[in-house]
Amino acid sequence: MAGEGFNAPHVDYAGISPVIALTVGLVVVLMSGVFGPTKKWAPGLAVLTLGATAGLLLWHWNDNLSLVSGAMRVDNLAISISLIAVASAFTTILLSIRERAADEAGHGEYYALLLGSVLGMVLLAEAENLVTFFVALETLSIPLYILCATNLRREGSLESGLKYLIVGSLGSATLLYGMAFIYGGTGSTDFAGIAHGIEANGMLHDPLILIGIALAAVGLAFKTSIAPFHQWTPDVYQGAPTPIASFMAVATKAAAFAVFIRFFVVALGPEVGDWQMGLAILAAISIVVGNVGALGQDSLKRLLGYSGVAQAGYMLGGLVVASEKGISSLVFYLAIYLFMNLAAFAVIVARERETIFGDDIRAVRGLGAERPALAWPLTISMLALAGLPATAGFIGKLYLIEALVEGDYLWLAIFIVGGTMISLAYYLRVIAAMWMRPETEVTTPGRAATGPAPVISGASPEADPVDPDAGRRWYLVGPAVLAAAVTVFFGVIPQPLVDFASHAGASLF
Amino acid sequence: MINALLWLPLAVGFVGFFLPKRLVGWWATAGALATLVIGVIMAFGFDNGAAGLQDTVNTTWISGLGVNYSLGIDGLNLFLVLLTAVLWLGGIAFAAFREQERPQLFFFLMLAAETATLGSFLAQDLLLFVLFFDLMLVPFYFLFGAWGVDRTAEGGPTAPQATLKMMIYTLIGSLLMLVGAIATAIISAHGGQLTFSIEAIQHQGLPLGSQRWIFWFFAAAFLVKMPAFLVHGWMPDAYRAAPLPVLVVFSGVLAKVGAYGFLRVVLPLFPQATAQFQTVILLVALASILYGSVMAFTQTNVRLIAGYSSVAQLGFITAGIFALRVDGSDGAILQMVNHGLVVAPLFIIIAILVERTGTEDLRSMGGMAMRAPVLAALFLIVALATLAMPGSANFIGEFYILNGLFQAKIVFAIVAISGVAMSAYYALRLYQGTMHNRPRSQQNQGVASREISLRDGVILAPLVLCILGLALYPQLILHRADPSVQQSVSAVTGDESESPDTNLAVNK
Repeated sequence: MAGEGFNAPHVDYAGISPVIALTVGLVVVLMSGVFGPTKKWAPGLAVLTLGATAGLLLWHWNDNLSLVSGAMRVDNLAISISLIAVASAFTTILLSIRERAADEAGHGEYYALLLGSVLGMVLLAEAENLVTFFVALETLSIPLYILCATNLRREGSLESGLKYLIVGSLGSATLLYGMAFIYGGTGSTDFAGIAHGIEANGMLHDPLILIGIALAAVGLAFKTSIAPFHQWTPDVYQGAPTPIASFMAVATKAAAFAVFIRFFVVALGPEVGDWQMGLAILAAISIVVGNVGALGQDSLKRLLGYSGVAQAGYMLGGLVVASEKGISSLVFYLAIYLFMNLAAFAVIVARERETIFGDDIRAVRGLGAERPALAWPLTISMLALAGLPATAGFIGKLYLIEALVEGDYLWLAIFIVGGTMISLAYYLRVIAAMWMRPETEVTTPGRAATGPAPVISGASPEADPVDPDAGRRWYLVGPAVLAAAVTVFFGVIPQPLVDFASHAGASLF
Repeated sequence: MINALLWLPLAVGFVGFFLPKRLVGWWATAGALATLVIGVIMAFGFDNGAAGLQDTVNTTWISGLGVNYSLGIDGLNLFLVLLTAVLWLGGIAFAAFREQERPQLFFFLMLAAETATLGSFLAQDLLLFVLFFDLMLVPFYFLFGAWGVDRTAEGGPTAPQATLKMMIYTLIGSLLMLVGAIATAIISAHGGQLTFSIEAIQHQGLPLGSQRWIFWFFAAAFLVKMPAFLVHGWMPDAYRAAPLPVLVVFSGVLAKVGAYGFLRVVLPLFPQATAQFQTVILLVALASILYGSVMAFTQTNVRLIAGYSSVAQLGFITAGIFALRVDGSDGAILQMVNHGLVVAPLFIIIAILVERTGTEDLRSMGGMAMRAPVLAALFLIVALATLAMPGSANFIGEFYILNGLFQAKIVFAIVAISGVAMSAYYALRLYQGTMHNRPRSQQNQGVASREISLRDGVILAPLVLCILGLALYPQLILHRADPSVQQSVSAVTGDESESPDTNLAVNK
């Protein structure tokens, strides 16, 4: 059928089937919004698409395929990270039920954009070529710029979208600039080709390559919110619709870490000794800045934003040692990070709709007595993020520290526990608010009508009607309780997840 | 059996969530009693002469990380486990007699704390030990913070603030210990199979250079937990904030986990470093004895008198361990049990007194002995045991400790003796102040009218009987602890004989 003289590249359709599934799903969801009767189907179709994608990803578990002339690679690392992104998107859809943002942005668009972002993440996790890398990153980012701003009536949401757009573009531009240098220095866009090109005269001796790598690292640090490139994180989380913030906190971080790992381990693997220290310093800065920044934050979303900066610092430690155990511990941490964050964000969504305090810490005061089904998940989430035992957070830290000490980065391990100590001050503050303070006078909307409403910037209680039963809705309580249960489960029986993560880590070595 | 002992309290606590409020206290008491029964049965099955671990459980927990779920009993932890079970029964029963807010949660946290504490005594895997050691703190964080007493009226912190301070202090130590534990395993593996088994690590050994810094990571965790002088800053606020039934177990058992950690982990795994830093730790211990004693007889808050006396007593125990002689450590183990048995009834008595008088100030208490002779008699026994009256088990314990210390470091022993003298002063001051003196303010006229209630007597009397029983037969503990103590201590002294340049030479 192909004409003479033209050789189309061999495309392994089975290998890219998850990507195809997502693309088809995206189009279908978008179309469903166009035709009247199918309007309400968008969330269901999106869930269906994600389910199919997850199934196709699992089908390739333990495969190691190079696709589209080496532009992409499907291995356990890519699959595990993609699964984290898909799971995060699934829970985001649950949390978006009855969310104003989802309704205002038109059903179809909101979910289609979400799927588009997941598509970018799957591609990014598989990228093994600078071009795929960049295209995937933009596919991931552009829908998110829009999604952040979907809560049209909130000033904060628009501000968040604009801020993310500007900072994100800056990050992308930096990355692209770095890629140009790397291509100039090595003559290849392929990760393997770059590795080959650098091997010739080392990374430190070629200023072109060195600048390229540094700029690329900065671009990646923007996306993973590693300090000092994290400034957008708390602002954007605070302003974005909370389900989207939960998606960004987990899925974006996971996908960006996937390519971070692949680029540094595959393309720069032989020069590991030259870049280790640089990343270690970034990790240390991130741990300090994130933990100190989170102290005294009253907005829970800002608190989780800063905590995310610190947690990114911990995770980067796994990449610093660039060992199989290090990468495994990073994937392990990303997986549990999904559950720890989900439990917290689901509770925040519920309280945002239930009370007039938004995501302020006052919204969870007295929650232990009022709504135990929300208080326990948030408590477990905070304890797990702080790394206390009997939660998966402890095992995650143990895994990371073990990898760091084995890789002779004891000082970074001590930074991690130092950061953990600081972090107790703000995580425990949330717990104290839930269990240890008397209930505030104004928490339920019924009583709010009589008392003066607090001032929340960019919002008004009239414009954001409260749903007094949000704390009992299955689609909010369910994910919160389930995520907390999983967090405890993997804290007590971590072996299955350790096996999962070590498969992902092993696929690169 | 050992699994049942460890997990029964937690399971009972879970079931408690599904019981009606008025039953849950009794259910928890029954659970604590069942735990004690299991503990006693295990103690009867204990082979007295053996030094090694008994009733062991050992299965792989996280294979990729080298962590095993490994428990066992030997002479070091047998009686501490029993002490834990006894005091928790007392504390829970005492709380069950009283109204608690949110009782299901309260008793669940109490029982979860018991499981975590038993876990840290039973764990034979270094990482499991660290895990339980950290976990222990979480239930107490909630118990102190949510059921505690705000001290804002006295210019003190609120209960959540005091608790946060405690958490940060103690977790600084235990998180460093986590890094230390991981480093210990990795360094001792020498690139081979990673294991956290305490026995295996002891066998593999650690180079002195690593021992030195890891020693301090562990020592920091244990000294903060006790608390020792210089790192005791969390203690006054936390003791004043804590609800009294919780303080019974907290003061009675948790401090001992620190001292026990020295015997279980530090001496066997870091023997050369222990020998090297013996003097430093002994200085800290002596400072704790002196500081704790002086504070105990200057404070007027009865909780703090008991709290600071614990600092002094734990100083004694530490000094006994760091005499690095078998008799010193034997005495330390006996004294750990003694102190737990003394301080728990002390806090129960304090709780009863506070209920009767409505104040925690020693100056406004007094005159209780006239109208409450049974309470006074029980208190007198406790007070006399605290000051280590000859005939009490505390006397035997302190005698062993001082005997060990005399032969190791005579100067330290002489200073430590002053602590014995001071303990007589603060114990009697507390007794006289509450029982004999007439209250200086006349507003507590109603004070003298009420005897100890039968239900509190049911809790207090068995504890006092334990004190008396041990006084008659301290060999019960000494005899069983001795083989295991010898094993721990010989890890240090055995190495000492190989390198005569260390402290042993000074003594001769």
